[in-house]
Amino acid sequence: MQFKPYARTLAVAMSLAVMAGCSSTGGTQEGSMDGTAGSGGVGTGTAGSGQVSGSGLGEGAGQMAGSRIPEVRTIYFAYDSDAIRPEFQSVLESHANFLRSNPSASVVLQGHTDERGTREYNLALGERRAGAVERFLSVEGVSPSQVEVVSYGEERPAARGSNEEAYAQNRRVVFAY
Amino acid sequence: MRALMTTWLATVLLLCTSLAQADLTIDITRGNERATPIAVVPFADDGQSLPQDVAQIISDDLERSGYFAPLDREAMFAKPSSGDDVSFGDWQALDTRYLVVGRVSRTGGGVEIQYELMNVSGESRMLGEVITAGQDQMRAAAHRISDQIFEEITGIRGAFSTRIAYVTSQGVGDATAYQLFIADADGRNSQQVLSSDQPIMSPAWSPDGGKLAYVSFESGRPGIYVQEVASGRRARLTSFEGLNSAPAWSPDGRRLAMALSKDGQPDIYVMDIGSQNLQRITNSPSIETEPAWAPDGNSLIYTSDRSGGPQVYRQTLGGSPERITFTGNYNARARFAPDGESIFLIHGGANGYRVAKQDLESGRLVELGDAGQAESPSVAPNGTMVIFATQQGGNGVLGAVSADGRASFRLPAAQGDVREPAWSPFLN
Repeated sequence: MQFKPYARTLAVAMSLAVMAGCSSTGGTQEGSMDGTAGSGGVGTGTAGSGQVSGSGLGEGAGQMAGSRIPEVRTIYFAYDSDAIRPEFQSVLESHANFLRSNPSASVVLQGHTDERGTREYNLALGERRAGAVERFLSVEGVSPSQVEVVSYGEERPAARGSNEEAYAQNRRVVFAY
Repeated sequence: MRALMTTWLATVLLLCTSLAQADLTIDITRGNERATPIAVVPFADDGQSLPQDVAQIISDDLERSGYFAPLDREAMFAKPSSGDDVSFGDWQALDTRYLVVGRVSRTGGGVEIQYELMNVSGESRMLGEVITAGQDQMRAAAHRISDQIFEEITGIRGAFSTRIAYVTSQGVGDATAYQLFIADADGRNSQQVLSSDQPIMSPAWSPDGGKLAYVSFESGRPGIYVQEVASGRRARLTSFEGLNSAPAWSPDGRRLAMALSKDGQPDIYVMDIGSQNLQRITNSPSIETEPAWAPDGNSLIYTSDRSGGPQVYRQTLGGSPERITFTGNYNARARFAPDGESIFLIHGGANGYRVAKQDLESGRLVELGDAGQAESPSVAPNGTMVIFATQQGGNGVLGAVSADGRASFRLPAAQGDVREPAWSPFLN
């Protein structure tokens, strides 16, 4: 009928659980550590702008053909496919043209999938999709240094819903300049 | 080796600025018809109201396990609070096999909980213990009692005192907010671990329960991070070009298996956390991802689409891959049962995706949950339940199914989508 050691374990467990929520002393320590190590470019919590790398917008925008970022920046894919559909070839060619004309511009190709299937596998499928676009651009003469691929898998759907209409909008590659 | 490992990043601000909670509720969707009848009598108190109904927490724990069918309180003729007061005939008439009685009394800073587990047909006492706890520890104390009762009757260690990590998201498109939470195994006591406006994925507990590895897109690209649960201190472990995905701790806690695409298509690598040395496990033009370690640490299972669609393969470190799933066209994201004799995985078919269990020796695959959008199975450390992500009413919710498929429940959140549950190891 004694349970004293148990109670102690419990107390330790609970205090750990409480500490997990918040540690005010840890807060200041972490802050200063982050300050000294801030050159890593990692910055937590302010991630929203992370995908905009470089900008070719300023130079030459609006001055000549191929100098403006093409307006259509999303292309869509068939289910379980990374094949570029014929109707989007002209979109890709316009981006290739822009990137060739603006060697200092760069783009992040964001690959996305619909929600079906497992998340980490879909992350890989999204990369495969964006990779197909990257290869297309490369064949069109775009420098590899201007193009980065980031897959989001099913993590950032454009449309909600478990139906074909939503799925079709989510199977996409986005050109993010 | 690299400075990154020691570059602990500040998340404590993130941790503390929000008191956000995302407690999950429990809906039992299918009870086990062969569950053992048990009665957990409301615990007596000393007349003062207490913050928690300990007997109810124990009863809910036992019911959720699928092993027990607790008797409704309204059906109880008598409400004894000590074994000496039990009239076994009353409970035999109700076909109750086991009986839990107890009382809670206030002490200086907290409460003292006395309980006894009685064998009704044997008319004997199986367990009798006294627990002292702070008032804010009463739920934890109740889960401990559930663990004791469960093990005493079934011979299986209880997992009611464990925790789950999970990811939530709210909103759509660029305005989506992502959060990583830890909660008790019953969905209560949720605590935010990380908040971001970029995706968070693949939380994985270290074998000692002290750390979480996960994938965060906070830099604009995926990276694998490791965070101490107690302190909130975290470091970015990987930021290779391409995918940095699907971290899985080795059983000794010293290595992480992961999927990286830095050398082309995604392949499986194992990183020694101390030295950050990488060992490449697979080298193929197909997708390899979703690694998990066998309990003995000698081999990995992972998803590969080298045969066309995703299937599960097993490979010893330094050995060659062996395909182990052959039922249907979609088998992915497998996780070992703690005994290493079977795996739980996502099995896709005409009606969608569901959790399935495959015995490794016979190769026989058994479907467990309902077909739908099941993802991310995670096995309780005692192997009795699998928690997974699914959908209900258009929202992402967590579901759980017993390893024999007989019992299941759902854990919906009040708002937003919940997904990617990771069941902790035993924490004591």
